[in-house]
Amino acid sequence: MSKTFMGWPAFPKAAETATADGQLRANVRRATHTIRTKRAALVDERPDWQDLRDTAAALKDDVLAHLDTYLEQIEEKVTAAGGTVHWAGDAEEANRIVTRLVQDTGETEIVKVKSMLTEEIGLDGALAAAGISARETDLAAAIVQLGDDLPSHVVVPALHRNRSEIRDVFVREMGKHGRPAPEGLSDDPEELAEAARLHMREKFLTSRVAVSGANFMVAETGTLCIVESEGNGRMCLTLADTLISVVGIEKVIPTWQDLEVYLQLLARSATGERMAPYTSTWTGVTDGDGPRAFHLVLVDNGRTRALADPVGRQALRCIRCGACMNICPVYERTGGQAYGSVYPGPIGAILNPLLKGADDPQTASLPYASSLCGACNEVCPVKIRFTDVLLELRHDIAEGDAKVKHPAERVALKAVAGAMGHGALWNAAVKAAGTAGRLVPKNAQLPGPLRGWTDSRALPDIPEESFRSWWKRTEGGTK
Amino acid sequence: MSSREAVLRRIRQATADLPKDPVSVPRSYLRHAPAVVPGDRSAAVALLVERLTEYGAEVRRSAEADLPAAVAGALAAAGSAVVPAGLPDAWLARWSGVVRRDAPPLTHAELDATDAVLTTCAAAVAESGTLVLDGGPGQGRRAPTLLPDLHVCVVRGAQVHSAMPEAIGRLAPARPLTWISGPSATADIEMIRVRGVHGPRRLTVLLVP
Repeated sequence: MSKTFMGWPAFPKAAETATADGQLRANVRRATHTIRTKRAALVDERPDWQDLRDTAAALKDDVLAHLDTYLEQIEEKVTAAGGTVHWAGDAEEANRIVTRLVQDTGETEIVKVKSMLTEEIGLDGALAAAGISARETDLAAAIVQLGDDLPSHVVVPALHRNRSEIRDVFVREMGKHGRPAPEGLSDDPEELAEAARLHMREKFLTSRVAVSGANFMVAETGTLCIVESEGNGRMCLTLADTLISVVGIEKVIPTWQDLEVYLQLLARSATGERMAPYTSTWTGVTDGDGPRAFHLVLVDNGRTRALADPVGRQALRCIRCGACMNICPVYERTGGQAYGSVYPGPIGAILNPLLKGADDPQTASLPYASSLCGACNEVCPVKIRFTDVLLELRHDIAEGDAKVKHPAERVALKAVAGAMGHGALWNAAVKAAGTAGRLVPKNAQLPGPLRGWTDSRALPDIPEESFRSWWKRTEGGTK
Repeated sequence: MSSREAVLRRIRQATADLPKDPVSVPRSYLRHAPAVVPGDRSAAVALLVERLTEYGAEVRRSAEADLPAAVAGALAAAGSAVVPAGLPDAWLARWSGVVRRDAPPLTHAELDATDAVLTTCAAAVAESGTLVLDGGPGQGRRAPTLLPDLHVCVVRGAQVHSAMPEAIGRLAPARPLTWISGPSATADIEMIRVRGVHGPRRLTVLLVP
């Protein structure tokens, strides 16, 4: 059974463990800084970068506003091109549909193209329970699967592992699932990639069923698009007899021409490349070329919940490039697993509560996994305003309908609101703080329910004189 | 209610607050490569060569008449090559390796045991160093361009567009398309770029002006 994030601790607890792991921090720091630098250089090449972002955001907003008609259009076009479209309301239904489709072929081992959605719904585990072994073919996804590990990034799921850890996993595990790692395998990345090539080639040549996600679905034509680097995607999309693509309902773009916007944004944002080595597009089935059966499984699994949130729905613009996590000072220090979800980093901090509801302590902790510095807003190719959504979610958790409240914040906000609404009380409080500031030692913890604030923050220096008193004394700085 | 109806109904409820009119979409981005004046084909070709080379593809320029020699040179180290229908036989006249026709279709194992594949392409995008294959004459189905380790692709100057927006409208989405930007690669291990994972590890482009 593949590992899941089930029962994962809330972010502060998970982050405490993650930040204590020096190797993990070094691995994540190296990776995020490398991609950041490459991305920045390629973005600088495009004088029209902001224009591309504006178009990409507006197109996705149009899609979300008319998602019903776009999905009906896709269904019609895919069906006309010889594909079969299935609808799944939640993870369980999506897994049931895919399991039945695989069972209908009689196959018990299938190959997979990396897909965050299939991770989100726990497809590998559901297939395993039905006696079907689904082998990941993307190098990083295979590293995670072979190591019985969990993903930590949406583009580079094994980013938290270094070369010697990867070598050990290959040597230990490859033989259990097919061709073993070559004798005397070193930790040289070229040798490791070669070991993966040999191990997977055998599977590509013999597997009759492939499961994929998709980066984009074009409503106008019913075309699906997958962007990848290694060629494992092409192998799965081309060599299998049956292709099952499991795709979130938000992955729609309106027209074929619109691909020009996203294909220019995605690889630059994701891996710091102008285009990833391979992009595949296909429409239904093609006689004499590739799979003879094509199934498209459209999955909701909380997306309509997110869509109903007027502030939060912008998170559904996401094209899963990972730029927000690569730039995030919190992600850089904790890595991805601390977020307890296949979607880590800033996008995970907003998407998980929007999809699932902040009804458990782990999910409710995620909107607080941010310093609100806003670096993610700046790099996002579809202009998601992460900080707006984070604040809205925090507000919901503290005061709104969310079943799990953040008690410290609620008490503190109530106390502050009470004092601010009462001039004399506020002045007295500010004055008292100035006096107290002289007495509070560095690294002090706030008492009582406010302690949560200082668990992960230093108390700011409290000036001896308040602004109001300074203004009065100096007549607005003129004296 | 079917899941289809349930999902569509939830979407309609979730978006009830939004205007029904289409969202107005600005289109101010460039339709050509930033460094290339629109219509300057030779600048586009020069950019394509630069980008392909940067990605580790080998680029050789060849006049139409010299293609047989160029093909023989590009395939020199290959003992066998797949040749799709529609590719001129004359291009192979100077090469002495085994030519495998994909008709009837070669099996996966046969393709895997073939050293190289020789194709044309449908279009090329200079800015991203991209070749697009659409399965047309001289390109064939997708599997033969995937399993052999060397892909030799003939690109004509007239097929080179400076940027994606110039190319995409000329392609037929109903066909299965493969967009190739340099040889197969990964950066999954410590973000170090390794060339050649599952697709062809070597890409040679024969550029015909």
